[in-house]
Formats: sequence, C-alpha cells, structure tokens
Amino acid sequence: MSNIQNVSRRGFLEGVFGAGALVLGARFLPESLTAAETDGAAFHPSAYLGIQPDGTVIIIAHRSEMGTGIRTVLPMTAADELDADWKKVRIEQAIGDPKYGSQNTDGSCSISNFLDPLREAGATARLMLERAAASKWGVPASECRAQFHQVIHSSTGRKLGYGELASLAAQQPVPKKEELRMKTPAEYRYIGKDVPMVDRDDLCTGKGKFGIDAKMPGMVYASIERPPVLGGKLKSFDDAEARKVRGVQQTVVIEHMKPPYGYQALGGVAVIADNTWAASQGRKKLKAEWDLGPNASYESGAYKTLLMETARKPGKVVRTAGDVDAAFAGAAKIHEADYYVPMLAHAPMEPPAAVVEFKDGKVIAYAATQDPQAVQETVAAALGIDKTAVICHVTLLGGGFGRKSKPDYVAEAAILSKKIGKPVKVTWSREEDLKFDYYHSVAAMYMKAAVDEKGKPVAWLQRSVFPSIGAMFADDAVYAAPFEMGMGWVDVPYDIPNLRAENGPAKHHVRIGWLRSVSNIYHAFGVQTFTDELAAAANRDRVEYMLELLGPSRTMNMKEDGPHPVKAGDKVDPYPLDTGRMKRVIEVAAEQSGWAKNKSGKGHGWGIAAHRSFNTYVASVVAVEVGDRGQLRISRVDTAVDAGLTIHPDRVRAQFEGASVFGTSIALMGEITAADGKIVQSNFNNYPVSRMPEAPYVTHVHVIPSTAAPAGVGEPGVPPMAPAICNAVFAATGKRIRELPLKRTKLA
Amino acid sequence: MIQLKVNGSNRRFDGDPEMPLLWYLRDLLELTGTKFGCGAGLCGACTVHLDGSAVRSCQTTMQAAGGKNILTIEGLSASGDHPVQKAWMQANVPQCGYCQSGQIMQAVALLKTKPKPTDHDIDEAMQGNICRCGTYQRIRQAIKTAAGVTA
Repeated sequence: MSNIQNVSRRGFLEGVFGAGALVLGARFLPESLTAAETDGAAFHPSAYLGIQPDGTVIIIAHRSEMGTGIRTVLPMTAADELDADWKKVRIEQAIGDPKYGSQNTDGSCSISNFLDPLREAGATARLMLERAAASKWGVPASECRAQFHQVIHSSTGRKLGYGELASLAAQQPVPKKEELRMKTPAEYRYIGKDVPMVDRDDLCTGKGKFGIDAKMPGMVYASIERPPVLGGKLKSFDDAEARKVRGVQQTVVIEHMKPPYGYQALGGVAVIADNTWAASQGRKKLKAEWDLGPNASYESGAYKTLLMETARKPGKVVRTAGDVDAAFAGAAKIHEADYYVPMLAHAPMEPPAAVVEFKDGKVIAYAATQDPQAVQETVAAALGIDKTAVICHVTLLGGGFGRKSKPDYVAEAAILSKKIGKPVKVTWSREEDLKFDYYHSVAAMYMKAAVDEKGKPVAWLQRSVFPSIGAMFADDAVYAAPFEMGMGWVDVPYDIPNLRAENGPAKHHVRIGWLRSVSNIYHAFGVQTFTDELAAAANRDRVEYMLELLGPSRTMNMKEDGPHPVKAGDKVDPYPLDTGRMKRVIEVAAEQSGWAKNKSGKGHGWGIAAHRSFNTYVASVVAVEVGDRGQLRISRVDTAVDAGLTIHPDRVRAQFEGASVFGTSIALMGEITAADGKIVQSNFNNYPVSRMPEAPYVTHVHVIPSTAAPAGVGEPGVPPMAPAICNAVFAATGKRIRELPLKRTKLA
Repeated sequence: MIQLKVNGSNRRFDGDPEMPLLWYLRDLLELTGTKFGCGAGLCGACTVHLDGSAVRSCQTTMQAAGGKNILTIEGLSASGDHPVQKAWMQANVPQCGYCQSGQIMQAVALLKTKPKPTDHDIDEAMQGNICRCGTYQRIRQAIKTAAGVTA
C-alpha cells in the first residue's frame, strides 16, 4: 500500500505473483455469492492466495480498509489455515474485479461473507503443499503435515519449506472442498489473537497512502463548483477572474446528471490548476448562474412538519400480528409519542478524493473507495466505455462510514481526465463534503402502545417516515426499501400479541445514502426511547422491563415476521433472531455496569438501550453527569456484544469503542438542515462531531464468547448509543428527549 | 523568495505567499503524512510544529512560515520510534489512521510543555483534533503511556 504503482490489470497479478508461484483461484467463493456477482455468467477463477518460490505468501485483501482492520483480519484467517508464518505473509490490495466476489465494503459483512472462503483458500493451499511434499518424498500424503511454513514427514523428520514446494504444489490438482481438513479452534495460530494491524506502523509515521495522497505523473488538480440544489443546472458562468489566479490552467464544464441520480457526477464547472490551493482559489473567483430546479424550496423546518404529520396518518403496513386496532379500542391506558431524527452527514476525516487517468480508451483510477467495482461501473457509464476497461486501485480510506461506496467523485475525475487529456486529481473540500453528501435520512416516527395494569404493552403500533435510499435508484420512490424496513423496524423483537409496523411516504430533495448502521439509527432511537418511556410510566426497572418485553427466549420466524434471510438463495436463515441472545447482552451490560447498585437522580443518570443489527446483538449502558448549567459529560459506557464468532478481539473492541463516539455525535450534536434547497452547514464549526471531551470518557466492551455464525461489528455499536444517552439524561434530569440532536434541548 | 526549514532541510518557495503551508508540504514537497481535514483550523489533521509549537498548517501561510523551522510527522523520528509513536503503536490507536499524524504531533507538543499531563490537560490540548473513528480513549491512554503516568 505504501508504494502506489501504475500497473495494468493483467500486470497486477503478474507483478504480484511472478513466475513459479503457487497461485490459488478464488473458486472457493460460495455459489450464493458468486452467482449474484457474476450475473449468471461463468465464474472465472482468479488469483486470491499464492506462495512464491522464496516462501513469501501473498494474500489478496479484496475488501477496503477504512479503519476496521479488515486488510489484516481476513488475510489472517487464510494464513491461519495455511499455517503460514505471518512474518512471511505479504498482503496486496486487490483492484476492483467481480471475480473476488463483492468488494462493496459495506453492511458489516466482510467476515460473515468471506471468512469461509478465505479459510478454505488457506486450507486448500496447505493440502496441496502436503501432497506436493508426499510426491517428492514418495510417501503417503497422510504422513506429511504442514506446520508453520514447512511440510514435515512425520516418521523421518524430513522438512521442506513452503517456498521450496511452491512450484510442485502448483502442479497438484486442486482438491475438492470435501477433502479439506479445517483446523479445530484449538489449532488456531492467529484467529482469536490480537495480531497487530499490518498498517499500524505506517499510520503512526505518516506513511499510509490514502486516496488524497495518490499521485500520477503529469497530474493536474481540480476544484469543482457544483449545482447548489439537487437537480440544478448550470445556466452560465464567467471564468475570467478565475483564470487570472496564479497556477490556474483552464475551466471545464461537467454536464449535469439526470435522475435517477445513483452515483453520477453532480455536474458543474471545474477549475483545473497546478496544485490544490490554486484550484480552490480559482474556484472562489468563478461566477456561476444556476437554474435551481424543482428542489429549490426544500426547507428543513417545513419538511419536519410534513414528516411528523405523515407519521400521524395511516401508512403502508409492513408487519402485523393480532388485532392492534381492537386492542387499542378496548385499552385502559394508551401511550403515544412522536420522535424526530435529523439528516446527518458522513464527514469522514478524509473527504472524497481520487486520481484518474483516461488514456487510449482505458481508465486507471486510484481512489479511496469502499467499492471498486462500483467505481468500474460508474466510470464506465460516465465515459461510455466497458467496465473492464476501468482499473481501480484501492488506497487506504480516511474513514468511509458509507460515503465512499458511492463513487461520484471518481466519476468526476474520470470525466475531467477524458475532457482535458491529463490525469486529474479531485479533492473535495470539507464544505463540499458537507453540502453535497448522500445524507443519512431525516426521519419521523409515531409510536403508540396500549398497556395493561402492570404497564406491559398489549398492543403496539409503530410508524416511521423518511425519504428512502431507494430514491437514488428509482427517482419516484417514496416508501422505504425492504432492507430499510429490516433495520430495526419489522424485526422489533418484542413479545406483544398485537403489533403493527408501518411506513409512510416521503419524497427526497437531496441525495440520500446509507451511513454507519443506516435506518437502525432512527429506528433504535424510536423503539428504545419509547420502551424507556413505558417503563418509566409503569415505574419499572428498565432492565427487568426490557427482558419482560422480549418474552420467553425464542427464535423469531423472520420469514414471516421480518426481513428475509440475508443472502439471496439461502433456504434457511443463518441468522435467526434469537431473543435469548438479545436478553443475554442486556443482562451482561447491566451486570458489568453495576446497574443494580447505580442510583440515578440529581444530575447523575444511567440509561440502557439494546438493539440487534447486522445480525449482532448489542446492549449499552451509558452513565451521564449533567451539571447545574446543563453541561453533559458521558463518564462511562458498557457495551455488551454478541457478534457470534469473532476473529480479532482487539479490533472488535476498537469498533465498539469507536461506535460509542460516533453514536455520541449523533445523539448530542449531529444535524444537517436545508434552506432554499441548499444545505446550511459548511464545516466542523456548524456541523460539530464529538471531540475528546464530549466523547465517552471510557467505553468498556464486553464480548460474549460464541461459536455462532460470525456477524457484523463495524456498525452495530452505533444504534443503541443515542437512545441510551437520552434515557440516561432522562434518569438524571427528568427531561425526555424525543428529538435529536440533544443540544436542541436545554438541560438546565 | 521565501526560505524555510522543513524536517531539517533548507527549502525555497517562490509561489503564492498566501498558500497555506499544508498544500506546500503535500503538493510540492510530497510530504503527504500531514493531512487535509477542514481547511479552517477546526479539525487538527494538518498539525505540524513551527519552531517547536503545534500549529495548523492549513491556517499558516507560506509567508508566515518564512524563516521558520517546520517539523512534520515524517521528520518526528527516523524510524517511527519516538516515544509517542511507540505508545501509539502499543495501544493500537489507529483505526483508519487519517487523523493520527495530527494527533501525534499535537500530543508531542503537549508533552513538551506538560510532561505529566492530567486528564484535564489532555482534554484541553487534544480537543482541537477530531478523530471520526472515535479513538479518543486510546489516544488518552497512549499519551499517558508516553508520559509515564498511570491511567
């Protein structure tokens, strides 16, 4: 990663492996993945893991590194099954290519989807090395054992290194999956151990190369003036002053996009210059006139009113059990509440950045991207070339959070390179990043419950309204996509006989996109705050009340009651919603935080929230202190996690530590608004995110040991944070927070 | 002509004197360890040392850097073995790592003036440096480790 080289796609593999190497194909990918990825066409095996004659094991990291450690963790699992010496392993970042399976590093699924393929790749290579040694020695393969980078003949003690066996092993027939012997957990060398991240030292010395650091010979720098309102078009522009700026070379028009907007370049006028500074100075001198288009009256205050009103009207039923209306009609006691969560921006520390060269009908791109295959498709569509003519190299990402799986910024650089015949670097400013994001949806929710004399719900209605991500791909979509409803809405795990979930319509006026944990953010806020409200009304202990709501431990029938199995083609849901596991994380978070002995009141409060997302069960207990002047401090977070089998304990903890800070930003301060169709916020002064003093002082992560199917860890820590913080604030102050961010409520 | 010293080497610059030091370091000297995060002195990703003090290089013009000694993450140590860097590695601080050059330069400056910082000192010194991944708890730990103070 530290050396960005200019190589072709074919040259990539030749350059990586060289002659005489044992190169393994990625045919190990499960059919359910590959069939979808190759669009029914034949699946072409590709280089995935190889051993060079000098003994170097090369493992391809095909998922993007944005801070989870996946560039280390997945290769680690292959190295484990190979029983390789980690010091002799070199990791190469894959270019975009469907033969690797999905590279869209998104949805917290790298381990759940690729643990088995990577382990099988390692086990396959190990078996081929053993067989190669057996044939060389003329002994049965059963007497040969691969161990820590060499194969040993058990009776004679003869040894051959992996490198020495590489070319012979390459001639072995590739064994069938049934022939493989996978390691038992006791044999793991790396899985379950805190192997240092391969990029760690580079990241502490300034050597890590991000998209913004990429460079190509002859490259020029672009700064782009974009339509200030979604759907706006350029009427005219005057670049006379811009062109006078020292270092500015020329200006170039990028055509406006047409709906559905997808990942297209937004359009506008680019200033091309010798360096980043000159480009940005030139752009400030540009005078552009816009036809603002149909979204020019979008205003967040009026839109909020509209969403809140919509949430009070009957919507589309997405899940129903029992007879909710009858139960409400006969109920003694009804609780109702409205909740609101504003738009949010991703604001990764590295803004969108890419370098692209279009030459001789082909494209070479270096991009901080979560999805290099989407880069191929998007750039190909923008330039009218075949996607196989687009080589996308993936750099390190300075944060992603979902923003960088949408490669509009790479398309911009590609369009400009084609127009001016030079490699072009596009770097977004922070202002552009906040004003032209794919925003996390604003959402309104209405919750209603009828409770019995003990305060337990007998009927439950929940309705959420938000503009859908689906509108990026079908412009007229106003209802939520099924995957959005599957994020903490239809899968609400409570044991309530009469329960209905609904969704109301909302038209989008900005680009909408997924942000770390997506719809779970507002859904968890609504459900978990409402749960706390009901418990408070019944004067019940929150933990006991939550456990009671979850009912007897059971596996929910998600085919009928919730989202369908996670992967198309799965006959059995590999991740059934198990309320017992949900209850367990609540119990562990309570126990570890000292819940039973903590007494809230007088400026001290403890709050809890629990939520399952990306097939991982999470409960967080948050402790807050609220001062006389309303100043809020989060002194401690205890997060209990059941993510099934986990691979790297330290990186799992790191993800949940980080998620507690990300969730704090959402709870306390995150808010994007629009006026006259334009985004109001411009930088970290008016779109604040958590800084050290506002972040939880300490987050203790309690990972429950499990051998269940591995689930996500990157996102699931985020959803419980906002409701847990707000529930803690209620415990401390008696003030109920139904609208985020919390900074809008005076606590003193 | 502006003259300055970067990581011990003498440099000359005859471009726009209003250009921020950040872009001179990144685009002209190719010292890309110093990062762009906001361009407004709000995030700390671009932190370098100017005559030994932590400054935001996005807010420091070339004019202002003239005649000064600039130290970037690349010049902090020859082989990544500055005590603060070692503490960062020991605590496995980085996630995406993008902000960490700035965090480390800020922490080094803090420990120069306050070798045994309290939690309050650390909050005060580090609150200008944003980490969107949320590594603050480990940053605090690493600073304490480098300072030899107990958590």
